[in-house]
Amino acid sequence: MGAENDIKPLTKKSFESDQDIRWCPGCGDYSILAFVQRVLPEMGIPKEKYVFVSGIGCSSRFPYYMNTYGLHTIHGRAPTVATGIKAANPDLQVWVVTGDGDALSIGGNHFIHALRRNVDIKILLFNNKIYGLTKGQYSPTSEFGKKTKSTPYGSVDYPLDPISLALGSEASFVARTADNTPKHLTEVLRRAAHHKGSAFVEIFQNCIIFNDGAFDPITGKEVRDDNTLLLEHGKPLLFGKDKKKGIRIKGFDPEVVTVGENGVTEADLVVHNENNPNPAYAFLLSRFNLPQFPVPMGVFRQSERYTYDGLLNDQVDTALSMGKGDIKKLIHGPSTWTVE
Amino acid sequence: MSDVSPLPISKEIEEKDVVVIRFCGDSGDGMQITGSRFTQATASVGNDLATLPDFPAEIRAPAGSLAGVSGYQIQFSSREIRTPGDAPDVLVAMNPAAFKTNLADLKKGGILIVNSDAFNEENLKLAGYAQNPLDTEIVKDYDLYKFPITTFTTHALETSPLIKKDKERCKNFFALGLMYWLYQRPFEPTLEWIDKQFSKKVDVANANKMALKAGYYFGETTEAFKKSFRVAKAQLNPGTYRNITGNEATAIGFITAAQLASKNLTYATYPITPASDILHELSKHKNFGIKTIQAEDEIAAIGVAIGASFAGDIGLTGTSGPGVALKSEALSLALMMELPLVLIDVQRGGPSTGLPTKTEQADLLQALYGRHGEAPVAVVAPATAGDCFHMAIEAVRIATEFMTPVIYLSDGYLANSAEPWVIPDYDKIPKIKIEHPSNPEGFKAYQRNEKLARPWAIPGVKGLEHRLGGLEKQDVTGNISYDPKNHEHMSHVRANKIKGIAKYLPPLEVFGKNEGDVLVIGWGGTHGSITSAVDELQKEGMSISSVHLRYLNPIQNDLYGLIENFETIIVPEINLGQLVKVLRAETLRDIKAINKIQGKPFKVEELKEAIKKFAAENAAKNKKLA
Ligand SMILES: Cc1ncc(C[n+]2csc(CCOP(=O)(O)OP(=O)(O)O)c2C)c(N)n1
Ligand code: SF4
Repeated sequence: MGAENDIKPLTKKSFESDQDIRWCPGCGDYSILAFVQRVLPEMGIPKEKYVFVSGIGCSSRFPYYMNTYGLHTIHGRAPTVATGIKAANPDLQVWVVTGDGDALSIGGNHFIHALRRNVDIKILLFNNKIYGLTKGQYSPTSEFGKKTKSTPYGSVDYPLDPISLALGSEASFVARTADNTPKHLTEVLRRAAHHKGSAFVEIFQNCIIFNDGAFDPITGKEVRDDNTLLLEHGKPLLFGKDKKKGIRIKGFDPEVVTVGENGVTEADLVVHNENNPNPAYAFLLSRFNLPQFPVPMGVFRQSERYTYDGLLNDQVDTALSMGKGDIKKLIHGPSTWTVE
Repeated sequence: MSDVSPLPISKEIEEKDVVVIRFCGDSGDGMQITGSRFTQATASVGNDLATLPDFPAEIRAPAGSLAGVSGYQIQFSSREIRTPGDAPDVLVAMNPAAFKTNLADLKKGGILIVNSDAFNEENLKLAGYAQNPLDTEIVKDYDLYKFPITTFTTHALETSPLIKKDKERCKNFFALGLMYWLYQRPFEPTLEWIDKQFSKKVDVANANKMALKAGYYFGETTEAFKKSFRVAKAQLNPGTYRNITGNEATAIGFITAAQLASKNLTYATYPITPASDILHELSKHKNFGIKTIQAEDEIAAIGVAIGASFAGDIGLTGTSGPGVALKSEALSLALMMELPLVLIDVQRGGPSTGLPTKTEQADLLQALYGRHGEAPVAVVAPATAGDCFHMAIEAVRIATEFMTPVIYLSDGYLANSAEPWVIPDYDKIPKIKIEHPSNPEGFKAYQRNEKLARPWAIPGVKGLEHRLGGLEKQDVTGNISYDPKNHEHMSHVRANKIKGIAKYLPPLEVFGKNEGDVLVIGWGGTHGSITSAVDELQKEGMSISSVHLRYLNPIQNDLYGLIENFETIIVPEINLGQLVKVLRAETLRDIKAINKIQGKPFKVEELKEAIKKFAAENAAKNKKLA
């Protein structure tokens, strides 16, 4: 702790706390922490305005490692506490760090409601498709049939997709990135940081101990080009090593096509529009999955609407500007009588 | 006709000292409005009063059914009273179902006024009567008045443009008018209220006003009543009074607390009977810096309150028993983070959904112990509707001074019952002093002051960046610590902090002498019944005193000395014996319990009887020993 020198600009170091980091060596959480610490100094926001709030899980240790204000709360409830912080002081920059179990299982209710209210918080969901802290049970994002300690015969739960859920919850910013694509991770974090309103970022995170390599088929170096689809606003949906494959949508049915084959040109491809007023487009993208489709990475959707904390405080400010309440009058109530 | 209630000239007026009236009818009959208007009118003539609204859990139970009966009882008097009364002197029953469920409570010889129009075949069947009970023996012990109130009302409203059904709906105001005449209450305050309430429906307002006056004049002209009654102004303590319910006083109390602390207040909650009215009330007062948040559930609500409190607002959350159960994990978090927070629990009949609209005191042990781990929090409980105001301020004072969650235990009876309340002088209420540290030099998140409170550092202040969480912390620094000795130490510190609050509490107020045969110890909404019972027993010559605990964790230290001065200690509660368990454990005394768990307050008579029984047993034992 200790005061930061006024003149010194913030650096990555300014955001590093003095606590020993206790994630397993090789855990994807390290890289996410490092890139968050790298992006924040760029924002031009004083360090004391940041609050990191987490639930419970490996990922939720995150606030202890940030030299900002922070709360390590209880399992699944971080969005509620973050909402309270913003309600009290909308001027603060509040980030929520959560896991797939934390956000989507025990905290599912709070997750959807924070997004629908458009509370001005950034939610980073570290998706490792497993319960790390409790040592390896399957999670709501684990694939059907997954064998884990709690499901030795394979899980019979169908998973849900965090991006689809966030879109269905009316999130105003929805993006996906991965712990092993530093440039992409940095860019998405930056975009989230600048978004006013609920920003939801799913981060593919490798749990080296209990689910190692879960995302290798998607973001592994060798397959990445063919198996991911980088979403870039205003650009056609192209992927593959030589950017020859693309996405064409007819009605509700997307298909993978190759530019230059069967008369397909770039003009036939969908041009990515984050601001598409129809959320169905982003939702359609969120259903893309291997092996039929590449997995989209980047910003699925961004829209503008008033934030919950802003509106809440506006109502109070408006009421106050029309005349501060008179407490004595309030205590007296509508009618009184006097006994001599 | 003028709009001023005329004095009846023609009939005799009998002076009464104290009267208990109960209005009952179908939920759709407007009995709560009738009761609360009668209360307002009664307050305005300066009687002391206490009320007991009693409504069903069903919002719209089938009309005329037993499940749909709604009631409102009021006791008013020319002397000091503290309860809504044991048994009504007057019962106004608007239909057979209400008649059936309430008749047994009416005093023998009491006045029974019924709307005979409602005693038709259909309603009788719904109430389970094969025969009209008004024609049977069961009414013979009462002073029965059968009035076709619905017919009278529609006749009185002949000139109103309303349709017949809407005219009939005004019948409760006819009944109210009749009672205004019978007990000499002015109807002007009600006329004004009607105008305000129905300002957008002028025809309805006019019809209700006509019905009210028609009822009044009917009372004056009918041959049925030979006399009316008057209850003189009570000799209340001097002061300016208003009428207040517990939930109103709670809401206003917390707003006042925030003002005294020069703080904004964030109230986060999830609707639940009987706590919702606190949300409704607080939501109106944004111009006091009050933010209200209707969260997605109770867990979210307390999470929001914790966040708000961390960021520097007064964090407040409110619910009833089932919601407290949901909040308990987060409450432990708040106590681990040592943040100020108040949790309002307006107790209702449990467990589970239990008796959602009825009162109970069965959450005490949940409040004291209902958390995982060694998790002490402060607990306070208002004693009367008006006391809700004072204890709300106390709750915020304790929470912020000691950096701890505080549970505020109200109950369904306090929440809805109304009483005349001496309006306190705001300027005389001590301010709540709050300091947020601003100097980073030597700042440690868990460094404590003499009250064992840690500093309330809030985000936005340069150099005080720190992390709080549920994991055990090292003393002073607040860093995570799994050291076994440190955990034991911190568990003691947290316990001692709460225990230490007792040093700063006001002395107990004893009703009666500081020594004697019997001491009755109560807490919460039973104050009125207990004090009345003890008052009467004292007047009958018994050596008896009572104390009412408004602080339940910690309890004022002087209680333990006081207990030593009495032979028989009795704890009456609306539960199966919760405070009594705590006190037995603390004192190792054979403390007696009086328990009732019917969703209703104690009657003064039943308390007196039970107390006398214990006192007699003790006397007999002493005789044997001697
Ligand atoms: C109320 C409650 N229930 C259960 C737990 C145990 N628990 C801690 S973390 C966790 C799951 C964490 O999984 P995830 O959110 O995916 O985070 P990860 O550890 O993988 O980062 C569970 C079940 C708890 N701490 N609290
Ligand atoms: S268990 Fe997995 S998620 Fe947790 S710290 Fe280790 S590698 Fe990371």
